[in-house]
Amino acid sequence: MEATKQETVTLIVTRQNDPSSAPYEETFEVPYRENMNVISALMEIRRNPVNAEGKDSTPIYWDMNCLEEVCGACSMVINGEPRQSCAALIDKLEQPIRLEPMSTFPIVRDLAVDRSQMFDSLKKVKAWVPIDGTYDLGPGPRMPEKKRQWAYELSKCMTCGVCLEACPNVNDKSDFIGPAPISQVRLFNSHPTGAMNKGERLEALMGEGGIGSCGNSQNCVQVCPKGIPLTTSIAEMNRATNIQSFKNFFGSDTNY
Amino acid sequence: MNENREFFYRRLHSLLGVLPIGIFLIQHLVINHFAAYGSDSFNKAAGFMHDLPFRFVLEWVVIYIPILYHAILGVYIVLTGKNNARRYGYFRNLMFLLQRVTGIVTLIFIAWHVYQTRIITIFTQETIDFDFMEAILTQPFFFWFYLIGVISTTFHFANGLWSFLVTWGITVSPRSQRIATYATLLVFLGVTYLGIRSLLAIGMGV
Repeated sequence: MEATKQETVTLIVTRQNDPSSAPYEETFEVPYRENMNVISALMEIRRNPVNAEGKDSTPIYWDMNCLEEVCGACSMVINGEPRQSCAALIDKLEQPIRLEPMSTFPIVRDLAVDRSQMFDSLKKVKAWVPIDGTYDLGPGPRMPEKKRQWAYELSKCMTCGVCLEACPNVNDKSDFIGPAPISQVRLFNSHPTGAMNKGERLEALMGEGGIGSCGNSQNCVQVCPKGIPLTTSIAEMNRATNIQSFKNFFGSDTNY
Repeated sequence: MNENREFFYRRLHSLLGVLPIGIFLIQHLVINHFAAYGSDSFNKAAGFMHDLPFRFVLEWVVIYIPILYHAILGVYIVLTGKNNARRYGYFRNLMFLLQRVTGIVTLIFIAWHVYQTRIITIFTQETIDFDFMEAILTQPFFFWFYLIGVISTTFHFANGLWSFLVTWGITVSPRSQRIATYATLLVFLGVTYLGIRSLLAIGMGV
């Protein structure tokens, strides 16, 4: 059985030397080992940076951290599908394996992209529970266990960028913040303490590049590696922002 | 409201597509459908609409201004999107693409339709009745142009109705969104039937 196994793994990598230079493709052949994933194949290239033509090359640059699909750093487009390279097993991929950086983000080098815009969006929508102050506020309101379990699913978002990559409305021509931060507003607005500032987050969603730019292509929910119900979050935030805007305009004073 | 301008513009765009434009579309096609009962029937129905009081105000407020707004912002929306249905061939993404394609086709169709039946007739002083439309629709090119234009318009309306329900937070759960897909499909079939039936009656005499 061992003999029938493929001995090498072919990878076609889209590379780029720096943020402004032109991308190019380079093919690599790495020796096959059992249970390899894309990261271990990239590490193999790093150990011996020789391309398929036998010429010396440079190690491929990519981002990674947790290696267990919870940090979101190693996202890249693998055989046309944006996903985490740590969770992409070589045995389950069709060869040659094509690796590309996620095109919706600025490219740092090779497969590493700059996801700062996602963290900026989280700041914009205030995706946190503000409790800092000069004295102890004491314990907050309790959350029902059922709700905690539900909220946990939304909290699985690792800002990996896959939903932004798949979204047709997140691109250079638009300032749409994308599905991930919209879902985070739903998470923090449903937290008993977080809900005390829900108006501020909704106002942010109603700002430039906010929820209004969603075009309902629903790619996000299809590609999310964590199975987060992103389109349900968007629809619910649509409802919440509409109510907020009616409150703002028609003059209710409970629009905080 | 100043800082929420984009949000407001997009919500207004969504609202106008259904109210009044969608309602007007249904009304227009229902009136057209009188053609199936003969030319007198059609002329009577169209004449009633034509002789409504304050027609000038009605046309501008209910039809022209909303459609112009919807079209201009719509073209902007098309231009700021980056279609990726080849890579992500999911049903909703295909609908997203089709909504943009039919939006542009519908804009071209409506622009021509208004030019042919409203603008040019100001100068030719022709009466717009069954015979006027028959002269257009008996030309094979225009018959197909109108057929494609009408189907494009009804698709854009029905699929837009689905998006409207999501945008306004009416269908939130995946189940309600799925049922809305079937419901808007029925709307599409119904409204398209009205349109095609009228075209056949006028253009083919059946």
